[in-house]
Amino acid sequence: MLELIRQLGATALARLQSLGAASIFLWQALVAVPQPKASFLLLIKQLYSVGVMSLPIILVSGLFIGLVLGLQGYNILVNYGSEQALGTMVALTLVRELGPVVTALLFAGRAGSALTAEIGLMKATEQLASMEMIGVDPLRRIIAPRFWAGFISMPLLAIIFSAIGVIGGMLVGVDWLGIYSGSFWANMQNSVEFYDDVVNGIVKSVVFGITVTWIALFQGYDCIPTSEGISVATTRTVVYGSLAVLGLDFILTAVMFGGF
Amino acid sequence: MRTRSLELAVGGFLIIGIAALFFLAIKVSGLSSELSQPSYKVYVHFQNIGGLTVRSKVTMSGVTIGRVADIELDKKRLNAKVTLEIYNDVNEISTDAVASILTAGLLGEKYIGIVPGADDIFIKNGDEIEQTQSALVLEDLIGKFLFNKATEDKSSNSNAAATPAPAANSQDDF
Repeated sequence: MLELIRQLGATALARLQSLGAASIFLWQALVAVPQPKASFLLLIKQLYSVGVMSLPIILVSGLFIGLVLGLQGYNILVNYGSEQALGTMVALTLVRELGPVVTALLFAGRAGSALTAEIGLMKATEQLASMEMIGVDPLRRIIAPRFWAGFISMPLLAIIFSAIGVIGGMLVGVDWLGIYSGSFWANMQNSVEFYDDVVNGIVKSVVFGITVTWIALFQGYDCIPTSEGISVATTRTVVYGSLAVLGLDFILTAVMFGGF
Repeated sequence: MRTRSLELAVGGFLIIGIAALFFLAIKVSGLSSELSQPSYKVYVHFQNIGGLTVRSKVTMSGVTIGRVADIELDKKRLNAKVTLEIYNDVNEISTDAVASILTAGLLGEKYIGIVPGADDIFIKNGDEIEQTQSALVLEDLIGKFLFNKATEDKSSNSNAAATPAPAANSQDDF
């Protein structure tokens, strides 16, 4: 019994310590003042590998989620004779929830795991240590541009996801199932508010972007530098990242739409 | 050359993202139609708003002329105070106009319909439309209907009871 309590305390302390380490790590990476020219190129490179490379999966899954929402929503709404509300349903679902959340989950799987594996491998092959040796701060050169790339890419990806999803819903609803396109768009525009819905969705995606990128970078930087350690860290990135996104989503939704 | 194609791809990514944002702003949330029209404020008091929400339409003869900006309880008069934003170019609403809460379709969204009055004095920013008609609440309607039905039944029963009675009386007279 005493042993159990001791273990519980030790685990809690270890978690707290790693949270503290992660915060210090993020802080150091961010306050490192970048040299404008060199770090801009680094940022472009990371934007390419984090953002542009995630674009295909985001486009495809956004389109299909929109198509499925259109079909499912139509089948439910047609029971109540209110299939014109399909546009409202699809747009609100995507802009408020599915856009940011599904993008963040895909982002954790696609970009987050890649970041962790890359940095973990750099650590395992002692590239980070040798960088320090020649006087280059790895936090500034490796971590900071990747963090900013995630910070910038994630909201853009979520916006693209929502937009393509709405188009998918329109394809099913208007072009296939024959809802009148005027009422589809008009109902949507009446009920979707730019500041309350779209901007809140973007705020969510920014928070998720920070969280997922932070977890991915820290797991990579903190991993045990062996092949097994890298695999554990990559798994953790996806698991922790997804859980953090879903948990934060509940809190953010409660704050934004819960009516407090 | 390698950097150039990278930069092109990233630039394209940013452009797509911004285009998607514009799409969400204008096509999905209809931002332009809300912002483009300058409007003035008019207050209306209703006994019961029955499901009217902020951003509902304000119409005259079915044409949208504004929207509901705010709904709150007037604590002094103990009724609902609704703030309407009416487009500036609709500036000839008489002070004796009637504002009523209507329903689109049988169970659709609530909106405000304004029937113009005949007065020569027009409402200005910050004025109040005095004559209102509250929302029809389905339960009230059913309640009234049942009440009327019950009183009808009762009165027809009492009539039926009343007509034989004089007859009985007249029979007694004989």
